[in-house]
Amino acid sequence: MKALGITGSTLTTGLGAGRAITLEALQAGRTGLAPARFMDVALPTWTGEVSEADAVTLPAALRDFDCRNNRLAWIGLQQDGFIDTVQRARQRWGAHRVGVFLGTSTSGLLQTELAYHRRGPDGALPADYLYATTQNAHSLAAFTAQALGLEGPSSVVSTACSSSAKVFGNAARLIEAGFIDAAVVGGVDSMCLTTLHGFNSLELLSPQICRPWDAGRNGLSLGEAAAFALLERDIDAPQGWLLGVGESNDGHHMSTPHPEGAGAIAAMRMALADASLAPADIDYINLHGTATPSNDSAEDRAVGEVFGNTTACSSTKGATGHTLGAAGGVEAVIALLALQHGFMPGGLNVQTLDPDLHVNYLQHNRSAALRHVLSNSFGFGGSNASLVFGAVR
Amino acid sequence: MSGLTVWVDGAGVLGPGLPSWSSSLATLRGERPHVFVPAVLPPPARLPPAERRRAGAAVKLAMAVADEAVAHAGADPQQLATVFSASSGEGGNCHILCETLASDTPMVSPTRFTNSVHNAAAGYWHIAVASRAASTSLGAFDASFGAGLIEAATSVALSGAPILLVASDTPYPEPLHAARPLPDNFGIALVLSATQSSRSLASLRIELTPEPGAPTACEDESLEALRCAIPAACGLPLLQALARDEGRLQTLVLTYLPTLRLNVDVQRVNLPALA
Repeated sequence: MKALGITGSTLTTGLGAGRAITLEALQAGRTGLAPARFMDVALPTWTGEVSEADAVTLPAALRDFDCRNNRLAWIGLQQDGFIDTVQRARQRWGAHRVGVFLGTSTSGLLQTELAYHRRGPDGALPADYLYATTQNAHSLAAFTAQALGLEGPSSVVSTACSSSAKVFGNAARLIEAGFIDAAVVGGVDSMCLTTLHGFNSLELLSPQICRPWDAGRNGLSLGEAAAFALLERDIDAPQGWLLGVGESNDGHHMSTPHPEGAGAIAAMRMALADASLAPADIDYINLHGTATPSNDSAEDRAVGEVFGNTTACSSTKGATGHTLGAAGGVEAVIALLALQHGFMPGGLNVQTLDPDLHVNYLQHNRSAALRHVLSNSFGFGGSNASLVFGAVR
Repeated sequence: MSGLTVWVDGAGVLGPGLPSWSSSLATLRGERPHVFVPAVLPPPARLPPAERRRAGAAVKLAMAVADEAVAHAGADPQQLATVFSASSGEGGNCHILCETLASDTPMVSPTRFTNSVHNAAAGYWHIAVASRAASTSLGAFDASFGAGLIEAATSVALSGAPILLVASDTPYPEPLHAARPLPDNFGIALVLSATQSSRSLASLRIELTPEPGAPTACEDESLEALRCAIPAACGLPLLQALARDEGRLQTLVLTYLPTLRLNVDVQRVNLPALA
């Protein structure tokens, strides 16, 4: 692909709101995870919550979009001068030439779950329940487009935990085809009962804090997050560059990765080819690294197959939790932070590195000038996406 | 504004009164009035037994139209990249999960949770055809058909590789039905290619312009009611243009976002009369 400049980026996770606090937390090795206290969910698990989402009041013009997911999106949009950056692009290209492509797995589903707790005697949902602007997946993109005054093409990718990595591909394709000149990409996913109880039903939630690449890892910790980036054509000095996108499917199982990471291998190789780079050109890999036994084992084999076992790798989910449909966007912004600040975040919560995993997993932060970073995102339904970012074109 | 051209190699449809592409041609051409008869979803024969047991309505619907389009195009499904477009995940499954979560024992079924992902149909399809090709699952509420068509056509034009587009929607039961009243299951599938071949049914010239414009309506009142009620059925004017043995250029406007107009110019090729 033709390299695309990233002219703005921001992220809000359990670590805090914005790039600066995230960088500070990663450099300090601080986690945003804590024992779950979301609503009255009595599950023994840890979560990375953005508790500020409870207190947000959306502007009157956007009030119909009120739900936890769009509140979280609203917090995210306010950080790092992102709105001003988008307004500059809107003025440069025109509102209908800037697209909005965002990922989410559950959008405003919590709003529907809560409405089901308030059904009338006839079973009807309460009169104040709004479907299109909360529950529907596209609510997130419609809200973001309206908040930013954008009128270009928009859609929401919902491929579980790869969603907000894949939107970089959708945006890059529409820019390359000439439909648009710039796009807001990223993802937002927020706590809801379905994901907490659903991952619990699959026995994928760890009762302790998640421990990617640990020998005793026993599941993931859920997080919530909003992450946004602005991609633009014809840019001279951006924050970083999107150099390659790889997408594949496992075609293996709905909720378990291919044991040898066959789909993941295909996605990583495709991303490298798309970026016209060799494996040795990648200085750091931000792993999907969920801390489930099967993900880390399959991803380890896949990364080893493509890169060998010398490239520095880590998962940042010990800090943010698994933010599901927002994870690709969150980790894309972490990749940009790594490139800009010459810094590879060590993976948190490792007690004993799993001797059966062989990639060069960083347990401690490392400083080094980085040229290229690859970020992996894999999801239910066997959906895989890998992105390559560069400090220079 | 710019645009691009792709070729349609095969089509599939399943919806009320439209049991398949091949058996719906007379209705789509306007030679027979459309009658609303609820769609019957066939069992997903392609799936391995374990996945077949777990497959819900959204998977059965998407696989039925995908199968028909792939067979019509004579394509190898293992080699096809895919775009699955739907306004939402499976309606009935979402209802049961929300009902369970509102109960005193919020123990959800792992299969229901797995099936709740928006990309369930894509996941099952790629398992069924043992495909590792790229796939995306997206939605844009009432603009979902248009968003899927733009994504699929762009991917084909840039990669040069054919793609399977599946646009499908399943209805919600009450009480969600009152908030999102989709009347029935409806799906359309198209196999799109970058170049013309002996398989080509038509070329599509796809453009986006900023001037608003009303979408092309279906002449048949019953089809028009479907088009207005189900996002996937917003592709009906395109299916009708593909079904007609019509040599002239057919100029359509398809439903998309309120800020943009999606123009699709359809030029049929390989008309039976000329073949």
